Amino acid sequence: MSHEPRLVEVRRNILKQNDLVARELRHRFREAGVFVASLVSSPGAGKTTLLERTLTLLGERFRVAALVGDLATENDAARLARSRAPVRQITTGTVCHLEAAMVQRALEGWSLDDLDFLFVENVGNLVCPASYDLGEGLRFVIVSVTEGEDKPLKYPTIFNTADVAVLSKIDLAEAVGFDREAALRSVEAVRPGMRTIALSARTGEGMNDYLALLEAALQSSRETAATAP
Amino acid sequence: MHELSIALSVVDLAREEAGRQGGRVCAVHLRIGALAGVAPEALLASYEMACAETPLEGSRLMIEEVPVVVFCERCEARRPLESLQCFSCPECGAPVSRIEQGRELELVALEIEQ
Repeated sequence: MSHEPRLVEVRRNILKQNDLVARELRHRFREAGVFVASLVSSPGAGKTTLLERTLTLLGERFRVAALVGDLATENDAARLARSRAPVRQITTGTVCHLEAAMVQRALEGWSLDDLDFLFVENVGNLVCPASYDLGEGLRFVIVSVTEGEDKPLKYPTIFNTADVAVLSKIDLAEAVGFDREAALRSVEAVRPGMRTIALSARTGEGMNDYLALLEAALQSSRETAATAP
Repeated sequence: MHELSIALSVVDLAREEAGRQGGRVCAVHLRIGALAGVAPEALLASYEMACAETPLEGSRLMIEEVPVVVFCERCEARRPLESLQCFSCPECGAPVSRIEQGRELELVALEIEQ
């Protein structure tokens, strides 16, 4: 006797587990009053250099720390240690992105109450990180001027999960014939109204705008936390 | 390539659900939005590997691809997005940022044999 298979409706989010952990993290960050920003980019866009400058400059006035994701090495953590901020490495092995649970594990034993800012540097990749919420308050997607003006058009999904687009290495713009207007048009095409900052972590150009945005985000997240029930 | 991680999550969810229902899963139905960040072909390729040596081995993965639908503030209407490279209303051309559909990454249903 044969039976037709029966269709059972399930309707469940496949990344529910990640989203639940991300929600827990977001709640924990809010309780602790720490603002969390994550950085995503392709390899070599200058995430680590930007992060090193960020930790050094913000570290003069705020308590800052970072988690850095890397496939295999701990080189980035060593570079970032020069900023004197506490830095922890998340070595993902062959995994091409960070997941909320990796952030949660990396935070074990850390007192978030002692921090104002926590930065999370994702693995260099513009595709895979798009699917994973890490509980961050702001996600920066970084594209360097050497990568061309059409990067947003090639990776629209990551631009649609990020909050701010950073055009990095702007000091090299002229040397590589970078067309800033064309790049801004590309961002606008895939994410109308997206906040964009052009900067150079090396020369300091544009860094004030970027740091001001972070400070405003910290302040507004603390005000929201204070008024929330 | 994070589709293997996604495929493993699909297998975990389907096993959990099948355990509740009883029976053997012969097909798994997903809905994947164009903005979910998951490539259906890569997921299909990873799925077999993720199923190996589990009760789902041999099951089929059926993927429904979900196009992006946006809300145009100017037309005050939902519109299908024509291209991920151009977030503007296909009718009036206004920029659109409200995404109504297209981020889905959902296990919709299982086909179960007794």
